[in-house]
Amino acid sequence: MKAAGGVLRPCLTCLGLVAIWWAAQAILQLPPYLLPGPPEMGRALWDNRGTLAGGTLTTFTETLLGLVIGTALGAISALLMVASGHLQRWLLPVLLLSQAVPVFALAPLLVLWFGFGIASKVVMAVLVIFFPVMSATFDGLRRVPAGWLDLAHTMNAAPWRTLVFVRLPAALPSFGSGLRVAAVFAPIGAVIGEWVGASSGLGYIMLNANARVRTDLMFAALVVLSLMTITLWWAVDRSVRRLLYWSAP
Amino acid sequence: MPLDARAPALRPCPGVRIEGLSLHFGAQPLFDGLSFDLQAGRLTALLGESGVGKTTLLRVVAGLEAPERGRVAASDAQPLAGRVAFMGQQDLLLPWLSALGNVTLGARLRGERPDRDRALSLLGRVGLADRADASPEALSGGMRQRVALARTLYEDRPIVLMDEPFSALDSLTRARIQALAAELLAGRTVLLITHDPWEACRLADVLLVLQGNPATLSAPLVVGGATPRAVDDANVLTTQGKLLKQLIGEEK
Repeated sequence: MKAAGGVLRPCLTCLGLVAIWWAAQAILQLPPYLLPGPPEMGRALWDNRGTLAGGTLTTFTETLLGLVIGTALGAISALLMVASGHLQRWLLPVLLLSQAVPVFALAPLLVLWFGFGIASKVVMAVLVIFFPVMSATFDGLRRVPAGWLDLAHTMNAAPWRTLVFVRLPAALPSFGSGLRVAAVFAPIGAVIGEWVGASSGLGYIMLNANARVRTDLMFAALVVLSLMTITLWWAVDRSVRRLLYWSAP
Repeated sequence: MPLDARAPALRPCPGVRIEGLSLHFGAQPLFDGLSFDLQAGRLTALLGESGVGKTTLLRVVAGLEAPERGRVAASDAQPLAGRVAFMGQQDLLLPWLSALGNVTLGARLRGERPDRDRALSLLGRVGLADRADASPEALSGGMRQRVALARTLYEDRPIVLMDEPFSALDSLTRARIQALAAELLAGRTVLLITHDPWEACRLADVLLVLQGNPATLSAPLVVGGATPRAVDDANVLTTQGKLLKQLIGEEK
Protein backbone atom coordinates (compact mmCIF):
# COMPACT_ATOMS: atom_id res chain seq x y z
CA MET A 1 0.00 0.00 0.00
CA LYS A 2 2.69 2.38 1.10
CA ALA A 3 4.93 1.47 -1.84
CA ALA A 4 2.05 1.97 -4.27
CA GLY A 5 1.42 5.41 -2.73
CA GLY A 6 5.10 6.21 -3.18
CA VAL A 7 4.81 5.63 -6.94
CA LEU A 8 1.28 6.93 -7.36
CA ARG A 9 1.81 10.30 -5.72
CA PRO A 10 4.62 11.55 -8.03
CA CYS A 11 2.65 10.29 -11.04
CA LEU A 12 -0.41 12.22 -9.94
CA THR A 13 1.73 15.32 -9.40
CA CYS A 14 3.16 15.00 -12.93
CA LEU A 15 -0.30 14.51 -14.43
CA GLY A 16 -1.52 17.58 -12.52
CA LEU A 17 1.35 19.67 -13.84
CA VAL A 18 0.68 18.54 -17.42
CA ALA A 19 -3.01 19.38 -16.97
CA ILE A 20 -2.18 22.89 -15.73
CA TRP A 21 0.25 23.36 -18.62
CA TRP A 22 -2.35 22.22 -21.14
CA ALA A 23 -5.04 24.39 -19.60
CA ALA A 24 -2.74 27.44 -19.60
CA GLN A 25 -1.96 26.91 -23.26
CA ALA A 26 -5.64 26.51 -24.14
CA ILE A 27 -6.81 29.52 -22.11
CA LEU A 28 -3.99 31.94 -23.00
CA GLN A 29 -4.06 30.93 -26.68
CA LEU A 30 -0.29 31.36 -26.96
CA PRO A 31 1.36 30.43 -30.26
CA PRO A 32 3.31 27.12 -30.07
CA TYR A 33 6.66 28.86 -30.52
CA LEU A 34 6.07 30.68 -27.22
CA LEU A 35 4.43 27.86 -25.30
CA PRO A 36 4.06 24.49 -27.01
CA GLY A 37 1.43 22.14 -25.61
CA PRO A 38 2.11 18.64 -24.34
CA PRO A 39 1.29 17.02 -27.75
CA GLU A 40 3.80 19.24 -29.58
CA MET A 41 6.37 18.54 -26.95
CA GLY A 42 5.64 14.81 -27.19
CA ARG A 43 6.06 14.89 -30.94
CA ALA A 44 9.38 16.73 -30.68
CA LEU A 45 10.48 14.19 -28.09
CA TRP A 46 9.67 11.27 -30.40
CA ASP A 47 11.02 12.82 -33.62
CA ASN A 48 14.33 13.73 -31.98
CA ARG A 49 14.70 10.65 -29.81
CA GLY A 50 18.08 9.76 -31.27
CA THR A 51 19.55 13.23 -30.73
CA LEU A 52 18.06 13.48 -27.25
CA ALA A 53 19.36 10.04 -26.25
CA GLY A 54 22.85 10.99 -27.40
CA GLY A 55 22.63 14.31 -25.57
CA THR A 56 21.40 12.61 -22.42
CA LEU A 57 24.33 10.20 -22.50
CA THR A 58 26.79 13.09 -22.78
CA THR A 59 25.17 15.16 -20.02
CA PHE A 60 24.74 12.13 -17.79
CA THR A 61 28.40 11.17 -18.18
CA GLU A 62 29.49 14.72 -17.33
CA THR A 63 27.15 14.82 -14.36
CA LEU A 64 28.19 11.46 -12.99
CA LEU A 65 31.92 12.18 -13.33
CA GLY A 66 31.40 15.58 -11.71
CA LEU A 67 29.40 14.00 -8.92
CA VAL A 68 32.01 11.34 -8.16
CA ILE A 69 35.00 13.68 -8.36
CA GLY A 70 33.27 16.57 -6.56
CA THR A 71 32.04 14.30 -3.77
CA ALA A 72 35.46 12.77 -3.31
CA LEU A 73 37.17 16.18 -3.25
CA GLY A 74 34.54 17.63 -0.89
CA ALA A 75 34.74 14.73 1.55
CA ILE A 76 38.55 14.68 1.49
CA SER A 77 38.78 18.44 2.12
CA ALA A 78 36.36 18.11 5.05
CA LEU A 79 38.49 15.31 6.49
CA LEU A 80 41.70 17.27 6.07
CA MET A 81 40.19 20.31 7.76
CA VAL A 82 38.96 18.26 10.71
CA ALA A 83 42.28 16.44 11.01
CA SER A 84 44.31 19.65 11.15
CA GLY A 85 43.27 22.96 12.65
CA HIS A 86 46.11 24.66 10.74
CA LEU A 87 44.83 23.40 7.44
CA GLN A 88 41.31 24.45 8.36
CA ARG A 89 42.38 28.03 9.00
CA TRP A 90 44.15 28.18 5.62
CA LEU A 91 41.74 26.19 3.54
CA LEU A 92 38.36 27.47 4.70
CA PRO A 93 38.78 31.09 3.46
CA VAL A 94 40.05 29.84 0.12
CA LEU A 95 37.08 27.53 -0.26
CA LEU A 96 34.66 30.27 0.74
CA LEU A 97 36.26 32.61 -1.77
CA SER A 98 35.92 29.99 -4.49
CA GLN A 99 32.20 29.93 -3.79
CA ALA A 100 31.90 33.71 -3.73
CA VAL A 101 32.72 33.82 -7.45
CA PRO A 102 29.55 32.84 -9.37
CA VAL A 103 30.17 29.60 -11.21
CA PHE A 104 28.33 30.99 -14.23
CA ALA A 105 30.95 33.72 -14.52
CA LEU A 106 33.71 31.12 -14.50
CA ALA A 107 32.16 28.99 -17.22
CA PRO A 108 33.70 30.78 -20.26
CA LEU A 109 37.10 30.65 -18.61
CA LEU A 110 36.75 26.95 -17.90
CA VAL A 111 35.77 26.25 -21.49
CA LEU A 112 38.81 28.26 -22.61
CA TRP A 113 41.08 26.25 -20.31
CA PHE A 114 39.58 22.78 -20.59
CA GLY A 115 38.17 22.91 -24.12
CA PHE A 116 34.81 22.24 -25.71
CA GLY A 117 34.84 18.60 -24.71
CA ILE A 118 33.60 16.88 -21.62
CA ALA A 119 36.37 18.09 -19.26
CA SER A 120 35.14 21.66 -18.84
CA LYS A 121 31.62 20.43 -17.98
CA VAL A 122 32.94 17.96 -15.45
CA VAL A 123 34.98 20.71 -13.80
CA MET A 124 31.88 22.87 -13.77
CA ALA A 125 29.81 20.17 -12.06
CA VAL A 126 32.64 19.59 -9.58
CA LEU A 127 32.69 23.31 -8.72
CA VAL A 128 28.94 23.36 -8.18
CA ILE A 129 28.72 20.36 -5.87
CA PHE A 130 32.05 20.56 -4.07
CA PHE A 131 30.90 23.07 -1.49
CA PRO A 132 27.60 21.45 -0.41
CA VAL A 133 29.35 18.12 0.07
CA MET A 134 32.33 19.65 1.83
CA SER A 135 30.35 21.80 4.26
CA ALA A 136 27.83 19.06 5.09
CA THR A 137 30.61 16.54 5.76
CA PHE A 138 32.65 19.07 7.72
CA ASP A 139 29.64 19.88 9.91
CA GLY A 140 28.96 16.21 10.46
CA LEU A 141 32.55 15.53 11.50
CA ARG A 142 32.55 18.44 13.90
CA ARG A 143 29.21 17.68 15.51
CA VAL A 144 30.02 14.23 16.77
CA PRO A 145 28.46 13.92 20.25
CA ALA A 146 31.11 14.83 22.83
CA GLY A 147 30.17 11.79 24.93
CA TRP A 148 31.31 9.39 22.19
CA LEU A 149 34.65 11.15 21.93
CA ASP A 150 35.10 11.12 25.72
CA LEU A 151 34.30 7.43 25.75
CA ALA A 152 36.86 6.79 23.00
CA HIS A 153 39.39 8.82 25.00
CA THR A 154 38.91 6.74 28.16
CA MET A 155 39.30 3.62 26.00
CA ASN A 156 42.81 4.82 25.04
CA ALA A 157 41.91 5.18 21.37
CA ALA A 158 44.48 6.50 18.93
CA PRO A 159 43.10 9.69 17.31
CA TRP A 160 43.03 8.17 13.82
CA ARG A 161 41.13 5.14 15.10
CA THR A 162 38.60 7.44 16.75
CA LEU A 163 38.27 9.14 13.36
CA VAL A 164 37.73 5.87 11.52
CA PHE A 165 35.50 4.05 14.01
CA VAL A 166 33.57 6.91 15.61
CA ARG A 167 33.76 10.24 13.80
CA LEU A 168 33.47 9.02 10.22
CA PRO A 169 30.41 6.81 10.73
CA ALA A 170 28.86 9.53 12.90
CA ALA A 171 29.32 12.05 10.07
CA LEU A 172 27.81 9.79 7.41
CA PRO A 173 24.23 11.06 7.77
CA SER A 174 25.41 14.64 7.16
CA PHE A 175 27.53 13.46 4.26
CA GLY A 176 24.42 11.74 2.89
CA SER A 177 22.47 15.02 3.01
CA GLY A 178 25.28 16.75 1.14
CA LEU A 179 25.30 13.97 -1.45
CA ARG A 180 21.54 14.30 -2.03
CA VAL A 181 21.93 18.03 -2.67
CA ALA A 182 24.89 17.32 -4.94
CA ALA A 183 22.88 14.85 -7.05
CA VAL A 184 20.41 17.64 -7.86
CA PHE A 185 23.03 20.35 -8.40
CA ALA A 186 25.52 18.41 -10.53
CA PRO A 187 23.38 18.46 -13.72
CA ILE A 188 23.08 22.25 -13.35
CA GLY A 189 26.84 22.54 -13.55
CA ALA A 190 27.06 20.28 -16.59
CA VAL A 191 24.31 22.15 -18.46
CA ILE A 192 25.80 25.57 -17.72
CA GLY A 193 29.08 24.29 -19.13
CA GLU A 194 27.29 23.10 -22.27
CA TRP A 195 25.62 26.44 -22.74
CA VAL A 196 28.93 28.23 -22.90
CA GLY A 197 30.48 25.92 -25.44
CA ALA A 198 29.87 22.31 -26.39
CA SER A 199 29.22 20.04 -29.35
CA SER A 200 26.76 17.68 -27.66
CA GLY A 201 24.63 17.29 -24.54
CA LEU A 202 21.16 18.31 -23.43
CA GLY A 203 22.27 21.89 -22.71
CA TYR A 204 23.71 22.09 -26.22
CA ILE A 205 20.44 20.80 -27.71
CA MET A 206 18.46 23.40 -25.72
CA LEU A 207 20.69 26.22 -26.87
CA ASN A 208 20.39 25.16 -30.50
CA ALA A 209 16.65 24.68 -30.28
CA ASN A 210 16.33 28.11 -28.69
CA ALA A 211 18.28 29.74 -31.53
CA ARG A 212 15.99 28.11 -34.07
CA VAL A 213 12.85 28.92 -32.04
CA ARG A 214 12.19 25.20 -31.70
CA THR A 215 10.49 25.71 -28.34
CA ASP A 216 8.92 22.26 -28.53
CA LEU A 217 12.37 20.65 -28.70
CA MET A 218 13.58 22.87 -25.85
CA PHE A 219 10.73 21.62 -23.73
CA ALA A 220 11.48 18.05 -24.71
CA ALA A 221 15.13 18.46 -23.68
CA LEU A 222 14.04 20.08 -20.42
CA VAL A 223 11.73 17.18 -19.60
CA VAL A 224 14.51 14.67 -20.32
CA LEU A 225 16.94 16.66 -18.16
CA SER A 226 14.43 16.75 -15.31
CA LEU A 227 13.83 13.01 -15.57
CA MET A 228 17.56 12.38 -15.54
CA THR A 229 18.04 14.55 -12.43
CA ILE A 230 15.15 12.92 -10.61
CA THR A 231 16.45 9.44 -11.43
CA LEU A 232 19.91 10.39 -10.20
CA TRP A 233 18.50 11.82 -6.98
CA TRP A 234 16.38 8.75 -6.45
CA ALA A 235 19.34 6.41 -6.93
CA VAL A 236 21.51 8.43 -4.54
CA ASP A 237 18.72 8.68 -1.97
CA ARG A 238 18.09 4.93 -2.07
CA SER A 239 21.78 4.09 -1.72
CA VAL A 240 22.22 6.53 1.16
CA ARG A 241 19.21 5.11 2.98
CA ARG A 242 20.44 1.57 2.53
CA LEU A 243 23.92 2.48 3.72
CA LEU A 244 22.64 4.41 6.74
CA TYR A 245 20.04 1.91 7.87
CA TRP A 246 20.75 2.88 11.49
CA SER A 247 20.13 6.58 11.08
CA ALA A 248 16.67 8.12 11.02
CA PRO A 249 15.47 9.00 7.45
CA MET B 1 48.51 -4.16 26.06
CA PRO B 2 46.72 -7.51 26.42
CA LEU B 3 43.85 -7.61 28.85
CA ASP B 4 44.35 -9.62 32.00
CA ALA B 5 42.18 -12.70 31.76
CA ARG B 6 41.89 -13.13 35.54
CA ALA B 7 38.79 -11.93 37.31
CA PRO B 8 39.38 -8.40 38.51
CA ALA B 9 38.57 -9.38 42.09
CA LEU B 10 41.72 -11.51 42.12
CA ARG B 11 43.86 -8.56 41.11
CA PRO B 12 44.52 -5.75 43.52
CA CYS B 13 42.61 -2.63 42.53
CA PRO B 14 44.36 0.57 43.55
CA GLY B 15 42.67 3.37 45.44
CA VAL B 16 42.65 6.91 44.07
CA ARG B 17 43.88 10.01 45.85
CA ILE B 18 42.54 13.40 44.78
CA GLU B 19 44.70 16.13 46.19
CA GLY B 20 44.34 19.91 46.39
CA LEU B 21 42.03 20.16 43.39
CA SER B 22 41.21 23.70 42.21
CA LEU B 23 39.07 24.55 39.23
CA HIS B 24 37.00 27.51 38.02
CA PHE B 25 33.91 27.40 35.91
CA GLY B 26 34.14 30.75 34.13
CA ALA B 27 34.74 33.21 36.97
CA GLN B 28 33.07 30.93 39.53
CA PRO B 29 35.37 28.87 41.73
CA LEU B 30 34.11 25.28 41.56
CA PHE B 31 36.70 23.64 43.79
CA ASP B 32 39.39 25.22 45.92
CA GLY B 33 41.90 22.76 47.25
CA LEU B 34 39.52 19.80 47.35
CA SER B 35 41.04 16.55 48.61
CA PHE B 36 39.59 13.10 49.15
CA ASP B 37 40.25 9.40 48.65
CA LEU B 38 38.53 6.65 46.76
CA GLN B 39 39.18 3.54 48.84
CA ALA B 40 40.66 0.61 46.99
CA GLY B 41 38.12 -1.98 45.89
CA ARG B 42 35.18 -0.06 47.37
CA LEU B 43 32.28 1.81 45.84
CA THR B 44 32.22 5.48 46.76
CA ALA B 45 29.05 7.39 46.00
CA LEU B 46 29.21 11.13 45.49
CA LEU B 47 25.99 13.03 46.06
CA GLY B 48 25.13 16.65 45.51
CA GLU B 49 22.79 19.08 43.84
CA SER B 50 22.96 19.72 40.10
CA GLY B 51 25.61 22.25 39.20
CA VAL B 52 27.73 21.69 42.28
CA GLY B 53 30.50 20.18 40.13
CA LYS B 54 30.02 16.40 40.47
CA THR B 55 30.38 15.69 36.78
CA THR B 56 33.37 18.03 36.46
CA LEU B 57 35.02 16.24 39.35
CA LEU B 58 34.47 12.89 37.65
CA ARG B 59 35.83 14.22 34.37
CA VAL B 60 38.97 15.38 36.15
CA VAL B 61 39.46 11.93 37.70
CA ALA B 62 38.85 10.33 34.28
CA GLY B 63 41.54 12.53 32.74
CA LEU B 64 39.03 14.20 30.43
CA GLU B 65 39.61 17.59 32.02
CA ALA B 66 42.73 19.06 33.55
CA PRO B 67 42.50 20.81 36.93
CA GLU B 68 44.07 24.24 37.40
CA ARG B 69 45.86 22.99 40.46
CA GLY B 70 46.07 19.70 42.27
CA ARG B 71 46.53 16.14 41.15
CA VAL B 72 44.85 12.80 40.85
CA ALA B 73 46.97 9.72 41.51
CA ALA B 74 46.58 6.01 42.09
CA SER B 75 47.53 4.64 45.52
CA ASP B 76 50.03 2.21 43.94
CA ALA B 77 51.96 5.09 42.35
CA GLN B 78 51.36 3.70 38.85
CA PRO B 79 49.87 6.08 36.28
CA LEU B 80 46.06 6.19 36.13
CA ALA B 81 45.83 6.43 32.36
CA GLY B 82 44.54 3.22 30.83
CA ARG B 83 43.18 1.91 34.11
CA VAL B 84 39.92 3.88 34.23
CA ALA B 85 36.62 2.88 32.62
CA PHE B 86 33.82 5.39 32.20
CA MET B 87 30.06 4.96 32.17
CA GLY B 88 27.94 8.01 31.52
CA GLN B 89 24.43 9.24 32.01
CA GLN B 90 23.59 8.32 28.44
CA ASP B 91 24.41 4.82 27.28
CA LEU B 92 26.59 6.28 24.49
CA LEU B 93 25.98 3.22 22.31
CA LEU B 94 27.03 3.73 18.69
CA PRO B 95 23.85 3.25 16.63
CA TRP B 96 25.63 1.66 13.66
CA LEU B 97 27.08 -1.18 15.75
CA SER B 98 25.27 -4.19 17.19
CA ALA B 99 25.14 -4.74 20.95
CA LEU B 100 28.15 -7.04 20.57
CA GLY B 101 30.02 -4.48 18.44
CA ASN B 102 29.41 -1.86 21.10
CA VAL B 103 30.72 -4.09 23.88
CA THR B 104 33.97 -4.69 21.95
CA LEU B 105 34.33 -1.08 20.78
CA GLY B 106 37.30 -0.46 23.08
CA ALA B 107 39.27 -3.32 21.52
CA ARG B 108 38.68 -1.97 18.04
CA LEU B 109 39.68 1.54 19.12
CA ARG B 110 42.94 0.22 20.56
CA GLY B 111 43.69 -1.90 17.51
CA GLU B 112 43.27 -5.17 19.43
CA ARG B 113 41.38 -8.18 18.18
CA PRO B 114 37.89 -8.12 19.71
CA ASP B 115 37.41 -11.05 22.09
CA ARG B 116 34.01 -12.24 20.89
CA ASP B 117 33.60 -15.01 23.42
CA ARG B 118 34.32 -12.78 26.40
CA ALA B 119 31.97 -10.11 25.04
CA LEU B 120 29.23 -12.71 24.59
CA SER B 121 29.71 -14.04 28.09
CA LEU B 122 29.51 -10.49 29.46
CA LEU B 123 26.31 -9.88 27.52
CA GLY B 124 25.06 -13.10 29.09
CA ARG B 125 25.90 -11.80 32.55
CA VAL B 126 23.79 -8.69 31.97
CA GLY B 127 20.98 -10.92 30.67
CA LEU B 128 21.28 -10.06 26.98
CA ALA B 129 22.84 -13.22 25.56
CA ASP B 130 20.13 -13.52 22.93
CA ARG B 131 20.32 -9.86 21.87
CA ALA B 132 24.00 -9.75 20.89
CA ASP B 133 23.21 -8.94 17.26
CA ALA B 134 20.44 -6.46 18.01
CA SER B 135 21.00 -2.86 16.99
CA PRO B 136 20.76 -0.34 19.85
CA GLU B 137 17.60 1.21 18.49
CA ALA B 138 15.86 -2.16 18.84
CA LEU B 139 16.65 -2.23 22.59
CA SER B 140 14.79 -0.63 25.49
CA GLY B 141 16.44 2.01 27.67
CA GLY B 142 17.19 -0.53 30.37
CA MET B 143 18.68 -3.00 27.89
CA ARG B 144 20.81 -0.28 26.33
CA GLN B 145 22.19 0.68 29.73
CA ARG B 146 22.93 -3.00 30.38
CA VAL B 147 24.88 -3.15 27.11
CA ALA B 148 26.79 -0.08 28.33
CA LEU B 149 27.48 -1.93 31.58
CA ALA B 150 28.79 -4.93 29.61
CA ARG B 151 30.97 -2.56 27.57
CA THR B 152 32.35 -1.07 30.80
CA LEU B 153 33.09 -4.56 32.13
CA TYR B 154 34.72 -5.58 28.83
CA GLU B 155 37.26 -2.83 29.39
CA ASP B 156 38.16 -4.69 32.59
CA ARG B 157 39.66 -1.68 34.31
CA PRO B 158 40.37 -1.66 38.06
CA ILE B 159 38.85 1.81 38.43
CA VAL B 160 35.33 2.55 37.20
CA LEU B 161 33.75 6.00 37.09
CA MET B 162 30.00 6.27 36.73
CA ASP B 163 28.11 9.49 36.11
CA GLU B 164 24.46 9.02 37.06
CA PRO B 165 24.38 5.90 34.91
CA PHE B 166 20.83 4.90 35.85
CA SER B 167 19.12 8.28 36.13
CA ALA B 168 17.31 8.01 32.79
CA LEU B 169 15.66 4.69 33.67
CA ASP B 170 12.26 4.06 35.25
CA SER B 171 12.40 3.16 38.93
CA LEU B 172 11.83 -0.61 38.56
CA THR B 173 14.44 -1.00 35.82
CA ARG B 174 16.74 1.18 37.85
CA ALA B 175 16.39 -0.97 40.98
CA ARG B 176 17.22 -4.12 38.98
CA ILE B 177 20.19 -2.71 37.11
CA GLN B 178 21.60 -1.16 40.31
CA ALA B 179 21.78 -4.60 41.91
CA LEU B 180 23.32 -6.07 38.76
CA ALA B 181 25.94 -3.34 38.54
CA ALA B 182 26.88 -3.61 42.21
CA GLU B 183 27.31 -7.36 41.85
CA LEU B 184 29.38 -7.18 38.66
CA LEU B 185 31.57 -4.29 39.79
CA ALA B 186 32.34 -5.79 43.19
CA GLY B 187 36.04 -5.63 44.02
CA ARG B 188 36.79 -2.65 41.78
CA THR B 189 37.40 0.89 42.90
CA VAL B 190 34.25 2.66 41.84
CA LEU B 191 33.18 6.30 41.95
CA LEU B 192 29.43 6.60 41.45
CA ILE B 193 27.96 10.02 40.93
CA THR B 194 24.28 10.26 41.68
CA HIS B 195 21.64 12.69 42.82
CA ASP B 196 19.52 9.87 44.21
CA PRO B 197 20.15 9.27 47.96
CA TRP B 198 18.38 5.91 47.78
CA GLU B 199 20.65 4.69 45.00
CA ALA B 200 23.70 5.86 46.90
CA CYS B 201 22.54 4.11 50.09
CA ARG B 202 21.87 0.82 48.26
CA LEU B 203 25.15 0.64 46.42
CA ALA B 204 27.83 2.58 48.25
CA ASP B 205 30.41 1.43 50.75
CA VAL B 206 31.29 5.07 51.39
CA LEU B 207 29.04 8.09 50.87
CA LEU B 208 30.26 11.62 50.26
CA VAL B 209 28.16 14.74 49.83
CA LEU B 210 29.49 17.60 47.71
CA GLN B 211 28.06 20.98 48.71
CA GLY B 212 28.66 24.71 48.55
CA ASN B 213 30.57 27.05 46.33
CA PRO B 214 33.48 26.39 46.10
CA ALA B 215 32.37 22.86 46.81
CA THR B 216 33.46 21.00 49.90
CA LEU B 217 32.88 17.39 50.94
CA SER B 218 31.00 16.17 53.97
CA ALA B 219 32.58 13.68 56.32
CA PRO B 220 32.37 10.18 54.77
CA LEU B 221 29.20 8.35 55.70
CA VAL B 222 29.26 4.58 55.96
CA VAL B 223 26.17 2.44 55.49
CA GLY B 224 26.38 -0.98 57.20
CA GLY B 225 25.93 -4.29 55.41
CA ALA B 226 26.99 -5.85 52.14
CA THR B 227 26.03 -4.27 48.80
CA PRO B 228 23.73 -4.26 46.91
CA ARG B 229 21.44 -3.74 49.89
CA ALA B 230 17.80 -4.76 49.73
CA VAL B 231 15.46 -2.05 48.55
CA ASP B 232 13.76 -2.00 51.97
CA ASP B 233 16.91 -2.51 54.06
CA ALA B 234 16.58 -0.63 57.36
CA ASN B 235 20.09 0.86 57.05
CA VAL B 236 19.29 2.09 53.57
CA LEU B 237 16.08 3.80 54.63
CA THR B 238 17.58 5.43 57.75
CA THR B 239 20.66 6.70 55.95
CA GLN B 240 18.56 7.89 53.03
CA GLY B 241 16.45 9.98 55.43
CA LYS B 242 19.56 11.39 57.06
CA LEU B 243 21.04 12.27 53.69
CA LEU B 244 17.89 13.93 52.42
CA LYS B 245 17.76 16.05 55.58
CA GLN B 246 21.36 17.06 55.08
CA LEU B 247 20.80 17.93 51.42
CA ILE B 248 17.59 19.88 52.02
CA GLY B 249 18.94 21.57 55.16
CA GLU B 250 21.76 23.07 53.16
CA GLU B 251 19.32 24.46 50.65
CA LYS B 252 17.54 26.66 53.16
